[in-house]
Amino acid sequence: MSADATIAAQPTKRARARSSNEPDGRHGEGFGRYWVLALLVVAALLTLFPFFLAAINAIKTPTDYGANGPVALPRSFDLSALFAFWTGVEFGRKLWNSVLISGCVAFFGVALSLLNAYALGIGKVKGRNLILIVLMLGIMVPQESLVYPIYYLAKSVGLYDTRLSVIIVFTVLQSAFGTYMLSAVLTQFPREIIDAAEIDGASRLQVLWHVVIPVLRPTLTVLGTFFFIWTWNEFLLPLVLLISNDNQNVSVAMGTLHGQHVSDPTTTAAAALLGIVPTVIFFLVFQRTLMRGVTVGAVK
Amino acid sequence: MASTVDRPSGRAGLNLGYLPYLLPGAIGFFVVVLIPFLMNIAVSFTRWKGIGVPKFIGLENYLKLFQDKTFWAAFEHSVACVIAMALIPTALGLFLGAVLFDYIGPRFGPRASSGLRAAFYLPQILPVAVAGVLWGWILSPIGVLNTILDGLGLHALSQNWLGDPATALLAVMFVMVWLQLGYALVVFMAGLARVDPALYEAAELDGAPWLSRFRHITIPMLKPEIFVVGLTTTIAALKVFAPVYVLTSGGPDNATTVPSYFAYYHFFTTNRVGYGAAITTVQTLITIVLGLVFLRVQRKQTEGAN
Repeated sequence: MSADATIAAQPTKRARARSSNEPDGRHGEGFGRYWVLALLVVAALLTLFPFFLAAINAIKTPTDYGANGPVALPRSFDLSALFAFWTGVEFGRKLWNSVLISGCVAFFGVALSLLNAYALGIGKVKGRNLILIVLMLGIMVPQESLVYPIYYLAKSVGLYDTRLSVIIVFTVLQSAFGTYMLSAVLTQFPREIIDAAEIDGASRLQVLWHVVIPVLRPTLTVLGTFFFIWTWNEFLLPLVLLISNDNQNVSVAMGTLHGQHVSDPTTTAAAALLGIVPTVIFFLVFQRTLMRGVTVGAVK
Repeated sequence: MASTVDRPSGRAGLNLGYLPYLLPGAIGFFVVVLIPFLMNIAVSFTRWKGIGVPKFIGLENYLKLFQDKTFWAAFEHSVACVIAMALIPTALGLFLGAVLFDYIGPRFGPRASSGLRAAFYLPQILPVAVAGVLWGWILSPIGVLNTILDGLGLHALSQNWLGDPATALLAVMFVMVWLQLGYALVVFMAGLARVDPALYEAAELDGAPWLSRFRHITIPMLKPEIFVVGLTTTIAALKVFAPVYVLTSGGPDNATTVPSYFAYYHFFTTNRVGYGAAITTVQTLITIVLGLVFLRVQRKQTEGAN
């Protein structure tokens, strides 16, 4: 049930040991087992089919698309749809906005979660359970019930249509989950280490910096990775807060597409492909972290 | 763990020293969550266009809301979302997870099972807006799906999937299942990794067929995960916004509208902010009540287990 156990322990290899002492084709399974595999492979390919479609159609000429349809393999090679979309919506700019917003949220969100969790988990501040319950409610509250006041407040303090507004909002929203998770981890932090440091005369800040953070670093990385991708994928609040072309991120640019810049199917495919690529790259790089992180998130 | 919990609470005075660490988080929580949350509730009792002074009208918004057919339709669609985002992915994920873990893994190696897992998981990390562009294109009247159906000679089946009230909700539900399945699958497979393989081996030696192992070992062992996935996906389903906004904008004829979209529409299109706030307040109430019920059930279960 504890989050730290899940984070610390790599997926066990135990399960794999089983395969070695399993004689092939026992129980008279014969070819039967290949059927199961084949079925699953087909299902997986169907799941990935939309990705494949976007890829093959983004590099076709409109004539090729018109003549042979969306399912045919490309007989032409043409990157102009990709370039057209890229320049049409200033995609480079949207990408940078997404990176900037998600990166800042990942960093500040982890920092804020850590400060909260340090007070709650190590400091065992009075009323910590109440604080955690309030935070949990904060997570459960639909963003819809915050969106108008946030929009209004952002306008009244001059932060409307700035990337900073989105960074602030998501730093706080993500840190609710982060606090919850990290304080569970820190409650079980070996007390002796902290006591030893305190006896050596370390201040609380020094304990946090020199003792807690080094031990927690892997967990913090997982958390940051997750904040990054969650923020990248957020839609409603960025849609409301980021109006101008210069401040929009990838999500908002995609969501408001609705035929605005898209005149033809190959450009739509190109748009989808450009939206997919960053996420897939991120996925390939951080696959292990992400898979572990999903579990961490689910433990609670 | 017990030793830290049991620490004398006589150190309360010392603990005050940790309060400054809570300050930034507390300020943030007040400004971004608590104050907006309370403002939203307050506004729900007013008539307000977003500018000027809100006019207090008591429960009028709520009374109007309960007579609003679109509002009830939106909640019916919420149920559809729970089916598509929570029920089906949990059930399907459980089944697929078990097959990958205790059938594919042992027979074809961990690479096969983790490769398949990654394939099913990939849609989950896509920004929903991107998924919307992708599926909007596939499901459009001249889109990929209809082209395939025509190619197979099934002209009769091809239609305006997202534009026809009869199929729009089903189409949106389908996309949601596609998006959501990977999450359940990954959590369940991780959960299975902590199940003692000896359990399965013993059952297999006793000649228990796969289905009964699934029923008597996999499901009971995965109870905590099933609970968590059920809870988080149900809550997510109740506040779903992006797929509906991107795919159908609630249409056609409100056939796919959900509470979040309905509220957004009133906030930013009709400028009936008070009315929108009433919608989101009801929605929040339902979400929190449901969450608390879930937690209570879980607590009862874990207590029963001990």
